[in-house]
Amino acid sequence: MSVLAAAATAPSFAFVIGDHLPILQVIVPLLGAVLCALTRRGSFAFAIAALVSWSLLGVAIMLLWQVLGAAAPITYYIGGWAPPWGIEYRVDALNAFILVLVAGVGAITIPFAYRTVGKEIDEDKQSWFYALFLLCLSGLMGMAVTGDAFNIFVFMEVSSLSAYALIAMGSDRRALLAAYQYLIMGTIGATFYVIGIGLLYVVTGTLNLADLATRIGPAFGTAPQPILAALAFIVVGISLKLALFPLHLWLPNAYAFAPTFVTTFLAATATKVAVYILLRLYFTVFGGAISLSDLPIAEVLLMLSIAAMFIASILAVYEDSVERMLAYSSVAQIGCITLGMAIATRAGLTGSIVHLLNHAVMKATLFMAIGAVVYRVGTSCMSELAGIGRKMPLTMGLFVVAGLSIIGVPGTAGFISKWQLGIGAVDAGLWPLVFVLVGSSLIAVIYIGKVVEVAYFREPGDNLADARDPPASMLIPMALLGAATIYFGLDTTWSAQIADTAAQILIGGLK
Amino acid sequence: MKLDVILRVTTKFMLPFIVLFALYVHFHGDYGPGGGFQAGVISAAAFILYALVFGIEATQRVVPQRLLEVLMPLGVLIYAAAGLPAMVLGKTFLDYSVLAHDVKHAHEWGIFIVESGVLITVASTMLAIFYAFVERGR
Repeated sequence: MSVLAAAATAPSFAFVIGDHLPILQVIVPLLGAVLCALTRRGSFAFAIAALVSWSLLGVAIMLLWQVLGAAAPITYYIGGWAPPWGIEYRVDALNAFILVLVAGVGAITIPFAYRTVGKEIDEDKQSWFYALFLLCLSGLMGMAVTGDAFNIFVFMEVSSLSAYALIAMGSDRRALLAAYQYLIMGTIGATFYVIGIGLLYVVTGTLNLADLATRIGPAFGTAPQPILAALAFIVVGISLKLALFPLHLWLPNAYAFAPTFVTTFLAATATKVAVYILLRLYFTVFGGAISLSDLPIAEVLLMLSIAAMFIASILAVYEDSVERMLAYSSVAQIGCITLGMAIATRAGLTGSIVHLLNHAVMKATLFMAIGAVVYRVGTSCMSELAGIGRKMPLTMGLFVVAGLSIIGVPGTAGFISKWQLGIGAVDAGLWPLVFVLVGSSLIAVIYIGKVVEVAYFREPGDNLADARDPPASMLIPMALLGAATIYFGLDTTWSAQIADTAAQILIGGLK
Repeated sequence: MKLDVILRVTTKFMLPFIVLFALYVHFHGDYGPGGGFQAGVISAAAFILYALVFGIEATQRVVPQRLLEVLMPLGVLIYAAAGLPAMVLGKTFLDYSVLAHDVKHAHEWGIFIVESGVLITVASTMLAIFYAFVERGR
């Protein structure tokens, strides 16, 4: 080839960051994880993790901005291979919302990691810790951004495997057992998911989600059994991942014994991304092809959601460890989210999607507040925490704010979600569900109230002599998310309205 | 230690061939069965065989733990870095066609670089797992 011809065909430098936003959601944390693993100092690794988390939030917000301005979903072909052969990243309002949620939680909570990781993790393991955190972040972002069913599985494994290792790094030896339980349950979930995808691939010959949505319909006419089996495997597999009652048994121990920062991050993100995957596959892929109302999935989901909201809440009331109490509360709140999914109206789904954000914000605040208590006092058992509210006023103040939001007091984010879910239930003619929502909120009053009673209405014991509010690096993330709990309760421009757009996309694709 | 003379001599004879076979599987990966993962496992097997016959201390003098801890992320870095030139030059991530003037050559190079990253990570991870098991309880 002559020099001239080579010069003519050589591509010009044309890097525009706006063209690469979907892939940057994955490779920014991935490269960050590699750099963390190559550093041997915990503080360097922390600096990398913080820079990566903050820039990732910027990239995610840019993508959301781009998506809201665009008429069609934004697509990105990895390696230039066109779908359905290549891997396509496909972003609409729903994934962009989830991406901002995950990146936002990562970016806001990362300063909280500096002190707690410094205290809980050995110095020689800290760089690995941050590498695993970024790997987990990369996996969660990848699950949300990709438009390929098998790619979802790969990223699910990336995020889960790093999450198992992160949980096992907890200072209590029981963390190992908790991580092992999660490993077994999570692997069963992922295996069920991949069996489902395998069945779909056998019947339709494709793995691209958009392509699957168009091919399942015709294939269902000739061979309905494998597709129904695939749907069953996928729903059960992902329900394990999102800790739908009664598949939640891995969750309380994993959250209670993991390092504080890991609990905060995973509680706010991991189950939320799993819910997104379920919404996407159930509504966009299967919902567009077969008539879901002929199947009993919504009824089963409804029963399990109600069971979660009551049984898990009651279990939370009887917990002495605040961390385990919050973990059971998470299972109950996930019940609220799947409740909206079972209602399957636009208002109900809006409630589900906005609760993904609202629950992430308030639960991260709660776990950080109790993490700060553990940082100062060394335990989260209520029997040891009498009078903690007087010793750590700011921390427990934020705990109460987020606790009120869990209950669903007007003016907090939790109220917006429950209101939306209530409207959805009434719209769908399922008005008794409103009483279910109020009933589970009343149980939340009991378990949050128990902590408030212990923290504020008892004399501080001798074990709390040195307890005081944590340093600013821990207090500021907590305060930011606490403020967000109030903000999302008053102004819903960025939460409920985007959730409504996303719900419209899901409902609009239904057959 | 005197009765295992045959083992020691044969192992030393076989080691270069095992590594050579690993490289063959690696280079052949874009034509037929094989590739970075298999090559990585085979080359790790060479070191594990060495460790079984000559002991773990001798192996760790050749490949110390610290070196493994650098190699494991390095392989991933090579893989990801192979995708970046395409982004800078206006194509999408992991589009190898920018790596050379001819598209076929470019793809061959791209696959080779990516698989080299896989080889490094897989081989070092296999060895690290082996070290972790051997050193347990010491």
